[in-house]
Amino acid sequence: MAATRYQAPPGSLLVRALDDLTAVYHRPSGATHLLASPAPEILAALDGVAMTADALMLVLAVRYDLADADPVALAARLDELVAAGLIVAA
Amino acid sequence: MRHRLHVRVGPIGFRIGSVWRRPIEQLAMLYAGYPAAEVPDFTVRLAPPSAWRRVVRPTVALAGDLTLPEAAPLPLAQAVLAAEMAMNLQVALGHRRHLLLHAAAVERDGRAIIITGESGAGKSTLATMLATQGWRFMADEFVLIDPVLGEVHPFPRPISLKNAAIAAVTARCPDRRFGPLLTATPKGTVRHLAPDARAVAAMDRAARPAMILFPRFGAAPAWRAVGAGEAFVRLTQSSTNYVALGEAGFDRMTRLARDLPRIAIDYPDTDAAIELVEGLWRAL
Repeated sequence: MAATRYQAPPGSLLVRALDDLTAVYHRPSGATHLLASPAPEILAALDGVAMTADALMLVLAVRYDLADADPVALAARLDELVAAGLIVAA
Repeated sequence: MRHRLHVRVGPIGFRIGSVWRRPIEQLAMLYAGYPAAEVPDFTVRLAPPSAWRRVVRPTVALAGDLTLPEAAPLPLAQAVLAAEMAMNLQVALGHRRHLLLHAAAVERDGRAIIITGESGAGKSTLATMLATQGWRFMADEFVLIDPVLGEVHPFPRPISLKNAAIAAVTARCPDRRFGPLLTATPKGTVRHLAPDARAVAAMDRAARPAMILFPRFGAAPAWRAVGAGEAFVRLTQSSTNYVALGEAGFDRMTRLARDLPRIAIDYPDTDAAIELVEGLWRAL
């Protein structure tokens, strides 16, 4: 079985940084979400690009210079973003 | 209805009808000098909730194009308040041309301060007092923001003064036009103050927003910068049509929260508030 791939559908999000928070407008639902790190970084990586949790971990580690990335914590954040409707898992 | 008043306040026209003469006379006094609404956007009706209530302990229902089912009627003596509340309701529920903020606004040199906060924070009093110091009064209750251009559009309605603010403002502005003193209303004692002639004459002149103030009455003078995220949350909570405007509302609201100076101020009295605001304005 292939590993689950995560993605924010192309054009579905409007993202605006507000100091240490990030406001995200979800176009399909019209809902506004207010997110704290690392959710905005995850969304930025998955915006229009589908990838597995392992691949995402690698992207985040490279982009943000993470030395001690935690796959369990990342899986939890991905589940939250799927539950909020901001990304889809397939 | 037998008695009518058509009035335009900034970009919004109202048609107010009443089965009683007196409330329309009182409203006409508060809205003296306003242009007539050629094409009203909203209708407000001052009428009893039932035929009996026209004569026996008469009461006024909050009625118009848009109503809230749980809104309780008010005694006839408080009909001006009923009219103002019903007008607010129409705007809150029906107006879509601007992003609405529950706030007051004043202007100087084409730039506006948006004053927002919960009821009792002193928005009305502060805006009224600043208007005695050379600021142009733009709005109380609702601030209208153009979602595309971001300008503040005037909506200079009569100012709803409550409780202790009534005596404070009356002492400072004894020559201004006031509505009837309304006691034992759901909001305590209320008295409406007609905006000054300058505010009414300039009701079609928009201004660029320059600062957002979050005042709090009752503590020693102090100020602090408010983060963009906190400002965004407080502004969205103060808006009655943020959700209805969809992406345009999100775009404008995040720009307001991100791009303007955002200051929370504590003040013990109006003199201290004016001093704080003038100091912050000079520092912009």
